[in-house]
Amino acid sequence: MEKYRIDRSKGLEFGIYTLGDHLPNPVTGERISEEQRIKDIIEYAKLADQAGIDFFSVGESHQEYFATQAHAVVLAAIAQATQNIKIASSSTIISTSDPVRVYENFATLDLISGGRAEIVAGRASRIGLFDLLGYNVRDYEELFEEKFDLLRQINENEVVNWSGEFRAPLNDARVLPRPKHGSLPIWRAVGGSPASAIKAGYAGVPMYMAHLGGPVTVFKRTVDAYREAAQRGGHNPDDLPIATAGFFYAAETSQQALKDMYPHINEGMKKTNGQGFPKQHFAQGIDPHNVMNIGSPQEIIEKILYQHEVYGHQRYIAQIDFGGVPFERLQRNIELIATEILPAIRKYTAKN
Amino acid sequence: MNIVALSGSIVGSKTRTAMNAVVKELKEKYPEEKVTLIDLADFKVEFSDGRNYLDYQGDTKYVAQTIMDADAIIIGTPIFQASIPATLKNIFDLLPVNAFRDKVVSMLVTAGSSKHYLIAENQLKPILGYMKAQIVQTFVFIEESDFYRKEITNDDVIFRIQRLAEDTVLLTRTYTKIREEKEEAEYGF
Repeated sequence: MEKYRIDRSKGLEFGIYTLGDHLPNPVTGERISEEQRIKDIIEYAKLADQAGIDFFSVGESHQEYFATQAHAVVLAAIAQATQNIKIASSSTIISTSDPVRVYENFATLDLISGGRAEIVAGRASRIGLFDLLGYNVRDYEELFEEKFDLLRQINENEVVNWSGEFRAPLNDARVLPRPKHGSLPIWRAVGGSPASAIKAGYAGVPMYMAHLGGPVTVFKRTVDAYREAAQRGGHNPDDLPIATAGFFYAAETSQQALKDMYPHINEGMKKTNGQGFPKQHFAQGIDPHNVMNIGSPQEIIEKILYQHEVYGHQRYIAQIDFGGVPFERLQRNIELIATEILPAIRKYTAKN
Repeated sequence: MNIVALSGSIVGSKTRTAMNAVVKELKEKYPEEKVTLIDLADFKVEFSDGRNYLDYQGDTKYVAQTIMDADAIIIGTPIFQASIPATLKNIFDLLPVNAFRDKVVSMLVTAGSSKHYLIAENQLKPILGYMKAQIVQTFVFIEESDFYRKEITNDDVIFRIQRLAEDTVLLTRTYTKIREEKEEAEYGF
């Protein structure tokens, strides 16, 4: 786990992620400027750092209603503005980027931040970026597998010899600069289904598992499939960290949390995914066994501890800001995390 | 209420003739409701390649978006080779898995033989059910002999089309009302 900069004795890590969406607040119908949104995200990371949160990550989406296409640039500003928090992408769409350039960016980010940078690599759920960046969507799977593999080779070897289908060959290539501690933690982003988790497991890569909602036990299958595949691939599952990522919102009561959060998620998903979030499913989100962490601080603590018991994961990452949530609500959530949720989670999951 | 009448074939005239009758009925009886007719013969729709429907362009995007925005959909389909036509199946394939959640879907079938009667029952309804539609159970089945040169000549078919329009609107209003009441009273958010 040291390779991935995770100290088990400290217990479950708590992180925050943003997709970098730039959506109107559905309650007022108003949308802040792109400039303001990017500055808010940097400020959000600063507050998370000050609150003692472990991790902060920013997504890459090349489509309408998003503002952090150049997520590595935003992360550089965050690196400069923060002290201790780990910073990462969530995720970098490696399929449509050059792994050499991605590695150069994130190794630099690691140096700026004093060894705090990580990469989460994913495949994109929408595919507009393939046209934009000049790739064929028919190569969706292969582009990811080949480029992700190259990214990992660059991470593990200072001198790389490589040839593949989608990029010019590398002959005794040195990809510089090198990260502060020699290598970066590189995670594979996995949606809810086990197929991608199995690939991550075989390759012995840490898994970043994102989920929308549903019973905790459903995603346990993905976790199990990952660990089984790791074992079969000759890796020790105990050495491979798992992160889970999903909706989070804390308020005084679970009913208030639902009320505050629902319009943002429903309207935001309509715009970015073409379908809203059914109210019936959202109402189930406050159930102790539902994977969405929505409720009062005490209810959320119990949910996260239950998830930790089921998954045995090393990091939980909360998405709070989707769909134009006003900044003061994010501040309030960070405050609740810092004062109530984080201390309890650390207390119950740290191994002394 | 936003009603879409989808004529699912690019071949022949009977399904379109029947859909014209449905649309006329809806517009006369329910002038306050919005009714949009999509005849796939008027559009160039791409084959589904698995992308999110928002990522298509042109006619494909228009057709998918119009269906997604509907509260009620009346599907008209002929029977080809003992099944629904590929053009109609392609529309289903373009949409997300839960595309018909909170939508009412009703059916009108034209066929060359009465032996095709159960095809909607056995092949179309399971698709609609999978896609979470609230299905109007009774569909209108129209045979070749009910038409004469782009006119429906069987009064019984006209009456059944009137009832189909009425059932579709009634069921949509009912579900919408119940859902609103439930959401306000029970969920409280």
